[in-house]
Amino acid sequence: MPNKLTVSVSPHIHKDESVSLIMWTVVVSLIPAGVAGMVIFGRSALWVVLLGIITALATEALIQLVSRRKVTILDGSAFLTGLLLAYNLPPNVPFWLPIVGSFFAIAIGKQVFGGLGQNIFNPALVGRVFLMASWPRYMTTFAKPLDLDAVTSATPLMLLKEGKWAGTLSYLDLFLGKRGGCIGEVCILALLMGAAFLFYKKYISWHIPATYIMTAAACVYVFGPGGLFTGDWLFHVLSGGLILGAFFMATDYVTSPLTYKGQIIFGAGCGLLTAIIRLWGGYPEGVSYAILMMNGATPIIDRFTRNRIYGSGRQEAAT
Amino acid sequence: MIREFLKGIIKENPTFVLALGLCPTLAVSVSVINGIGMGIAATFVLLGSNMIIALIKNGIPDKIRIPCYIVVIATFVTITELTMKAYSPALNRALGIYVPLIVVNCIVLGRAEAFASKSSVMSSFFDGLGMGVGFTLALILISGIREVLGAGKIMGQTLVKGFDPAFVIGMPSGALLVIGLLLGFFNILKSRKRA
Amino acid sequence: MNAQQLLTIFISAVFIYNVILSRFLGLCSFIAISKQTKPALAMSLAVMFVTTMSSIITWLIYRFLLIPFGLTYLRTISFILVIATFVQFVEMVIRKISPPMYRFFGIYLPLITVNCAVLGVAVLNSDMFFVNNQPVAASFIYSAFQGVCVGLGYTLAMLLMSGIRERLELCNVPRAVKEFPLAFIIASIMSLGFMGFNGFRF
Repeated sequence: MPNKLTVSVSPHIHKDESVSLIMWTVVVSLIPAGVAGMVIFGRSALWVVLLGIITALATEALIQLVSRRKVTILDGSAFLTGLLLAYNLPPNVPFWLPIVGSFFAIAIGKQVFGGLGQNIFNPALVGRVFLMASWPRYMTTFAKPLDLDAVTSATPLMLLKEGKWAGTLSYLDLFLGKRGGCIGEVCILALLMGAAFLFYKKYISWHIPATYIMTAAACVYVFGPGGLFTGDWLFHVLSGGLILGAFFMATDYVTSPLTYKGQIIFGAGCGLLTAIIRLWGGYPEGVSYAILMMNGATPIIDRFTRNRIYGSGRQEAAT
Repeated sequence: MIREFLKGIIKENPTFVLALGLCPTLAVSVSVINGIGMGIAATFVLLGSNMIIALIKNGIPDKIRIPCYIVVIATFVTITELTMKAYSPALNRALGIYVPLIVVNCIVLGRAEAFASKSSVMSSFFDGLGMGVGFTLALILISGIREVLGAGKIMGQTLVKGFDPAFVIGMPSGALLVIGLLLGFFNILKSRKRA
Repeated sequence: MNAQQLLTIFISAVFIYNVILSRFLGLCSFIAISKQTKPALAMSLAVMFVTTMSSIITWLIYRFLLIPFGLTYLRTISFILVIATFVQFVEMVIRKISPPMYRFFGIYLPLITVNCAVLGVAVLNSDMFFVNNQPVAASFIYSAFQGVCVGLGYTLAMLLMSGIRERLELCNVPRAVKEFPLAFIIASIMSLGFMGFNGFRF
């Protein structure tokens, strides 16, 4: 009797509609965070997001046309990449920055690998880290929240890294997004609303976000700057890109492990790396790098957490 | 003779076709001057070792030929190292550990094994010259791209004012990216030519 | 000897200045052998063994032979000869105790001799842990440890890369970037990720 139950690692053959539905649903779930960002930071945030999305769509269409493949820009994945990249940028970057970043994210982060489902790394993060390494000055100049006078201020994490954090923002401020930061990362309330929607739709499971956040919080608590067991874990959870990353970027199907066991390892790894970079690295924020590194480890994680193929008897598992 | 020389430049370009000697290529191609410096150093070593090995090839027992080649190559590398330390210490500092590493540069050992051990002194000379020039040209191309895009300069001169270079291109990640894209680009050219 | 210095060496060699992704040493074997996990792991272990042992041997030679006799300019020649001899020795031992493993490695075992990582770490040790031809405190331990860490960094990069490339074998990548170009682009993105450890201060 032929083997009817196969549990295998991606790439899988997807039905077009279901992929689109998932992508666009994720886009919808991210709308509150973007709206919040635009309310907090003003019109420039809107421009960054628009440019990011439009460039992503244009790049994907262009590459697919030139290489004579089917143009799939309506499936929502390029839109999502452009959106996520823009959410990871400061609101006051020069107009060409999201364009270059989005182009790089789609071209190098996705199309070079062969398109949807074949990329190893999260394209939006590839774009963001590329921008961070290329134009650090622009990527670390943040506008003051709720202030339309184009004044810049440091983010809470930046202040913490320099030892200048004076506790001037309350947890509620952080939760609502009244702080400097990237467009889509600041308003935790809006992000959690979107995440709740995705949970309700069963498009993401708790494994990665929960493990990620708990591991990061635990590490920060234990190894906090003031001595053992003094870390302000709530501050860390509400700051930087941790919530955005844990719920919307680390959970990307294509770039995270397939099995639940693998996902827990993945989440823990992300949390550990994020904490290490935040505590002892040179950068104030480590979410993008942590997820990118774990993306690279995903194939190996999958390889060593493969489910047994049921019903295949004493066949040697394929290596 | 001319053919031996020319093949090293395009058809069997050590960097882009044979994929040899990539370690130093990526590391020193941050600026064109460094690229040229490394290219000249490597060419000198190539010429010297190719000629000597072609000269003594019949006197070397087959079992220990690789260590013998290495001794010859290492001698020339040491000469290069000391000369550079004496006459251009700035370049020596810029190239760092990659100068002594010319001894394990796959191009040099590769040509010794694949060519000089089987050919005359004259053709080995031209082969070494061609490979060295090909290597240098590849270095100039890569470091040119990286210096312009990564630092906005060429040969140390700023190109366009107000241009914000993408720093990452000058970093290791950028080096790997540039060479990956160049290899892909040359692949496309190759398949076009075949069609 | 300083635990902090040891930690710095570890983080530098494995993550920040990863021997392959940052220093580009051992690239040839990295691109060539990282297509499958089993050979990649085997090669990594062999390389780690060689880097560690040759770090030790070259340190001893530098400290007790080259410096006292004023022969430091013979560093390159002597180091590479030591490495070549040692690899030859390892080859003979493997051939004796496990012929299948010897056949498995094939040509790649002697190629460890010209693996830039091996000579590279030996040269790095003599640059980093000797000042004015005097060994710094705990120089020997640091050098040997750096040899181990360079091997670990090599192993990490190989392991990640082989997993990625095995996975991509099942995919339909564009023809232009098949094999080498894509491998370099992957390495480029990995290198970007590892940059997260820049400026590490414990």
